[in-house]
Amino acid sequence: MGPLAPNEIISENTNFLLAFFIGIAFGWVLESSGFSSSRKLAGIFYGYDTVVLKVFFTAALTAMLGLLFMSLFGWIDLDLVYINPTYLTSAIAGGVVMGVGFIMGGFCPGTSFCGAAIGKIDAMVFIGGLFIGVYGFAFTYGWWEKLYLARYLGEPKISDKLGISDGLFGLLMILAALGMFVVAEWAEKTFAREEY
Amino acid sequence: MSNNISINKSRRYLNPYLGGVLLGLVLLAANFVSGRGLGASGAIKSVVATTIGTVNKEAISSMPFMAEYAESHSGSPMKSWLVFQMLGVIVGGFLSGAVAGRLKLKVEHSPKITSRRRLIFALAGGVLFGFGSQLGRGCTSGSALSGMAVLSLGGFLTMMAIFGTAFALAYFFRKNWI
Repeated sequence: MGPLAPNEIISENTNFLLAFFIGIAFGWVLESSGFSSSRKLAGIFYGYDTVVLKVFFTAALTAMLGLLFMSLFGWIDLDLVYINPTYLTSAIAGGVVMGVGFIMGGFCPGTSFCGAAIGKIDAMVFIGGLFIGVYGFAFTYGWWEKLYLARYLGEPKISDKLGISDGLFGLLMILAALGMFVVAEWAEKTFAREEY
Repeated sequence: MSNNISINKSRRYLNPYLGGVLLGLVLLAANFVSGRGLGASGAIKSVVATTIGTVNKEAISSMPFMAEYAESHSGSPMKSWLVFQMLGVIVGGFLSGAVAGRLKLKVEHSPKITSRRRLIFALAGGVLFGFGSQLGRGCTSGSALSGMAVLSLGGFLTMMAIFGTAFALAYFFRKNWI
């Protein structure tokens, strides 16, 4: 049955229309969770607000388990679902650069659009920076091409790399997340800030 | 700036675990409908590719990174799933902010720093995040979150690199936030 668009159950234009509605839900959930505030987002790095960790890991787990169960019930063909390719060097190098951007700017791309949507000027300036950064990468691509394409591993799943089943990995992720949530709740009490 | 305001404000936010489950369901829906996860930086790339192509058609063919992208999005790079999804994000974010009474034009920053300093860091952070999202083939949404949901090794590595780096540098930028 699913995924609908790759199985040609819905047309390309319907897919785009649904993208818009899915985006509305995405933006709504991000904003109502507080992701439109850079000070709330940055809280995870100082322990005073761990909303990022809680929402991020709960979401990843929900989607991961949802896909595994839907595949089990035959509702979705996971062979047709895109798995992000792994280019070892650039996955880490890109992540490091994004990490510096995160602690300096206080947003990531998705959350900056939410912030801008409710009038945060710092989010709008961050978005301006995003365009410059994307253009800058494209403009200087020749310098980074080797790094960008280095150590291509195909589309490996982390569970395969660890030599365990998807289900067992899911269970371990749940346990790891619960552990992190306990630490997060403790941190919010220990590093609490009354005003931000 | 009083404590009462911030307490009221935080109360109006969704419970984070409920928010996480809802975000997970949205991500699940994206995969079920389109066979791909969510994303944000991809839409910016579409806009940049379109802008370059509009301003100067030759310029784009001299930029292999963008030329390849424009080719794989035959027609217009703007006619992409992520562009429509990001337009939705702006609408959804606005509606949520409107319902909760959070619509306000302002520069949000720690009382210890000036608006000007906040904006300079926001710009620099944006530039780095934009650059890194292209090098890393996606940002927190497209690479880390969506990648993790499909158990992609690269998704997990990028997630750890983003948060690990930010944690490691948090001390040096503490004045901006606490």
